[in-house]
Amino acid sequence: MNYLIAVIFQPGFFVSGPVHTAMIIGGGAAIVSAWIGVFTIIRGQSFAGHALADVSSAGGAASFLLGINPMFGFLGMAVLAASAMEFLGVSRARERDLVTGIVLGAGLGLTALLLYFDVTTRSTTGAATSVMFGSMFAIPASIIPAVLIIALAVVLLVAAIYRPLLLSSLDSTLAEVQGINVRLIGLLHLLMLSLAVTLSAMTIGAILSTALLIGPAAAALRLAKRPGVAICLAALIGVGATWGGILLAYDSYNWTPGHGWPVSFFIVTIIFAVYLLAGLPGRRGRLGIPTTNRLMST
Amino acid sequence: MRNIDEMLIVDQLSVAFPGRQVLTDVSFTLQRGAFCGLIGANGSGKTTLLRSILGIQPLSAGQIRIDGVSRGNGFGSVGYVPQKIQFDPDMPLRALDLVELGLTGHKLGLPLPSKARTRLVDEMLAAVDAQNFADQRIGNLSGGQQQRILIAHALIRRPKLLLLDEPLANLDIRATAEIVSLLRKVASEHDITVLVSAHDMNPLLGAMDRIVYLANGRAASGRTDEVVRTEVLSALYGYHIDVIRVHGRVLVIAAGAANEIPAAIEQHTAHVTVIP
Repeated sequence: MNYLIAVIFQPGFFVSGPVHTAMIIGGGAAIVSAWIGVFTIIRGQSFAGHALADVSSAGGAASFLLGINPMFGFLGMAVLAASAMEFLGVSRARERDLVTGIVLGAGLGLTALLLYFDVTTRSTTGAATSVMFGSMFAIPASIIPAVLIIALAVVLLVAAIYRPLLLSSLDSTLAEVQGINVRLIGLLHLLMLSLAVTLSAMTIGAILSTALLIGPAAAALRLAKRPGVAICLAALIGVGATWGGILLAYDSYNWTPGHGWPVSFFIVTIIFAVYLLAGLPGRRGRLGIPTTNRLMST
Repeated sequence: MRNIDEMLIVDQLSVAFPGRQVLTDVSFTLQRGAFCGLIGANGSGKTTLLRSILGIQPLSAGQIRIDGVSRGNGFGSVGYVPQKIQFDPDMPLRALDLVELGLTGHKLGLPLPSKARTRLVDEMLAAVDAQNFADQRIGNLSGGQQQRILIAHALIRRPKLLLLDEPLANLDIRATAEIVSLLRKVASEHDITVLVSAHDMNPLLGAMDRIVYLANGRAASGRTDEVVRTEVLSALYGYHIDVIRVHGRVLVIAAGAANEIPAAIEQHTAHVTVIP
């Protein structure tokens, strides 16, 4: 038993500074992503979430160029992109997809340019990988307070507008009838989405941040019957996958001696596996019977 | 407390969208306790009229008064059941959660359990005969069951006026009859004035005591037998229409060559039979 624990938790795991930082920031990102991800899926805005992340990569790339912490770059570009999408104000689904796709393309184009400058002027060859796919063990501990403040802000704001957000995500007319400002709620959702994307972009990279935003929430939607349960379950899956990924990446230093595997790979793989498992009981073949959970039924 | 006979007064209402006049000079009155059908083709402005009454549609001209109060002075007394909502089967929401949101959807903060609210939700579920499936996901319910839940969602605020937008569309014959008799029952038990839109008047014939008929952006209103007549509908459509009553159903027939029939009639194929 002790031997097994020693194999799973390689020496130094619990005392390593970078591991601590990664666990705190990764856990925060996972919780925030779960809180907002469930609503993002209900609203059918998963693609918008992905686009925000892609655009935020330009901010990450710019931070390397300017020598500032990537978080502020990610944050700036994500909020800018969210405002742009809201400003272009599109209500029809198809048009929204188009605008989202075009904003996404423009953002990634800018990223390509900035990353090119990174490589040519500062010879930081790792910038591209770090921005796109994350480098959790390289996050400085000094950023922890800022991350926790953002995480707390998102969680509190979602809690504050929980019911109007839920109702307007279900159907905008039902919400309008109750006097809810649907446009304002939509804007707040986009802003919180950009904060969540910022945190997960720092964790597993801009390109992969969608996985943390959508994956755990999607798995939770398959299992839970109530929105509150879905959010808690998504947070649990997200934090579990993130911490599990960190552990496996730490261990992987011993699999291929000298260089470990990227954390992002493990996190995304765990999320994917959980999503598949969550679909196993499946509604297919059980016509008409709700896919209610046996885990969480009330 | 004043008790005005007119629950709803729509007075010379006009609504225009960019490049299109949707409603022109629409006027009608609903007495307290009326059960009124709002009949018109798809695209005839039924939803726009309902949205105007709800106060979420800007008007070009006209006035709307609900229970003596002018539009825009608070709308707690109007319940609304929107047109078919696509609920995804993955939606983590039970039917009873949706009913509860009818009462608390606008409130800030996390929902805390409340015995009084649970009792009220149960009462509403009983009123629409939905206790059996209240615990299921909304997306897994049939169209008729979802309709019941949406009605309970609208009723839980105790509205005096209930607006329903095409509640019978996409329902089979049995579910249609069930929803109509449910609405009838709810209206009389809770003393609610009902305005229900439909593209086909026939399922509502036995239930409605008033009708507002929309065509060409204009409206004719009154008792069903006053409005559904050859002269009235012909004037409304601007084309000769025959109204035939047979086996308790109404057939509305427009005869003529295809290029003569006005577009307003052609769109109305749900109960206007076009004979070339």
